[in-house]
Amino acid sequence: MKDFSLIARTRRAELLTMIHRAGTGHTGGALSSVDILVALYYGVLSYRPDEPRWPERDRFILSKGHSVEGLLCILADVGFFPKSELNTFSQYQSRLIGHPSVKVPGIEICSGALGHGLSAGVGMALGAKRMGKSWITFVLMGDGEQAEGSIWEGAMAAAHYQLDNLVAIIDRNHLQISGDTESVMSLENLAEKWISFGWVVKECNGHDVVRLVEQFESCPLQTGKPTLVIAHTIKGKGVNSMENIAKWHHGVPDANQLRQALDELGIKEVDL
Amino acid sequence: MSIPCRQAFSEKILELAQTDESIVVLCSDSRGSVTLGKYASELPEQFVEVGIAEQNCIGIAAGLSNAGMKPFVAGPACFYSMRSAEQVKVDLAYSNSNVKVIGISGGVSYGALGTSHHSLQDIATMTAIPNLTVILPADAWQTKAMTEALTRHEGPVYVRMGRGAVPDVYGPDGMTGLSPEFAIGEAIELMTGQDVLITATGETVSLAYQAGLRLAEEGLSTTVLDLPTLMPLDEKAILGASTRCKVVISVEEHSMNGGLGSLVASLLCENMPRPMKKIAFPNENLVTGTSSQVFQHYGLTVENIVSQARLLLERGGTK
Repeated sequence: MKDFSLIARTRRAELLTMIHRAGTGHTGGALSSVDILVALYYGVLSYRPDEPRWPERDRFILSKGHSVEGLLCILADVGFFPKSELNTFSQYQSRLIGHPSVKVPGIEICSGALGHGLSAGVGMALGAKRMGKSWITFVLMGDGEQAEGSIWEGAMAAAHYQLDNLVAIIDRNHLQISGDTESVMSLENLAEKWISFGWVVKECNGHDVVRLVEQFESCPLQTGKPTLVIAHTIKGKGVNSMENIAKWHHGVPDANQLRQALDELGIKEVDL
Repeated sequence: MSIPCRQAFSEKILELAQTDESIVVLCSDSRGSVTLGKYASELPEQFVEVGIAEQNCIGIAAGLSNAGMKPFVAGPACFYSMRSAEQVKVDLAYSNSNVKVIGISGGVSYGALGTSHHSLQDIATMTAIPNLTVILPADAWQTKAMTEALTRHEGPVYVRMGRGAVPDVYGPDGMTGLSPEFAIGEAIELMTGQDVLITATGETVSLAYQAGLRLAEEGLSTTVLDLPTLMPLDEKAILGASTRCKVVISVEEHSMNGGLGSLVASLLCENMPRPMKKIAFPNENLVTGTSSQVFQHYGLTVENIVSQARLLLERGGTK
């Protein structure tokens, strides 16, 4: 059994180090989605780092593209590109920019403009159905992102085409740049909204990697229906001083804050 | 043929999709307007209906191309070039998705339906998106040749065509008699002369050619250049033709701002300035009328092209 806790803590330490060195990044959302990404990349998805466009691979789309830091650290760790390249994050002429780019091996589609990922995921899942392929498509969205109308266009289409090979995930951390999601633009009752759009909805702890893996592996929960997993998370998860504080949406840790964070994560050294 | 370009597209894509099962056509409640009813009923597995949701349609098409299919999105140009502009920019162009967007009933095709249904900004918008090819076919013959070329071309493309039947520029009965050979990025010289250069794109090419004939009758030798591809622009052809001409005219079914005229003017301005007249629509909400009334009202006519050419020459062209 893989030590998911160690994997997740190490990726958190790497992404914080990367953001610190770059002087820019979306710290809070990256930390809240790490465990979901770890569950997918170390426990669920089929992929080949030496053949990124392997036609049969499972597809993953990071619709909340601003949380790219955790994804980049994972793609490097599993072998899509050298880990040392993480030091170029957001630097002059780097291909590791602040949002997912198809120039990076392992990234399926450019994202960053919110509300786009689900539609692309619908296309990938529908393509699999039409071509008789067995890959599964996963799309990770933010909760603030739910205010984008295009998401609901994609939600309708997924149910209409009975895409039970599509799993959407919401990183439900309750915080967006301006504050609590319920005060900015209330989303609740989120589960009921998705159910009424024809989806099967499951809620779970978005930081329990073992549970997340079980949850994803058990999809589809109902034949002929797409699945939505509402992963309840904490923005800034893993570092006490960053948890549930909106300013860490794109706050950058200084040297002291980074040292404290690594101590807290129990990671002595980050090898980038 | 003298049929609408959208019909030429629909006939050709059906023929091509019958032997290439990776082709898939997506519509947003637009199969009737595009004339894709036959395609949808004959090839239901290669057709996707998304309802009235252009943003979703482009995103789904990007996903289908990632899956290994060759998606063609077909619906009104006014909506695809504006409502889903961000999806075209990010999901298609930035992501280098192999998706073709066929914008139909473009320009002022919808005439009296008003500004909401006109697409007079699409050349400006789409040619400013990196890694996006932009094409406006001149007639049904060129549309068929283009459609075939698009199935062989890897990468994102935006195409705009009109609603009504267009006189044949190409083909055996066409006004030029030229065969409709089409290569992305290449201009076609329809007539060669030394006094006036008329550049045109899309369904105004037939007007430009007729104006060229009229000028020739008056003893003014004219070059008429059909520029079906606006991005990448065939700069070599434009500069080559303008080298030997004294004045330049551009004709297009688009706003004065950011269309063919702007592209040609900035190219010439940096390389070989020429007295020039842009024939296009003013940047305003246009007068109500059928598309031909609107064309007449704003001077998108053979007569106006001819008289503007004369005026430019009278004022003194480049020697």
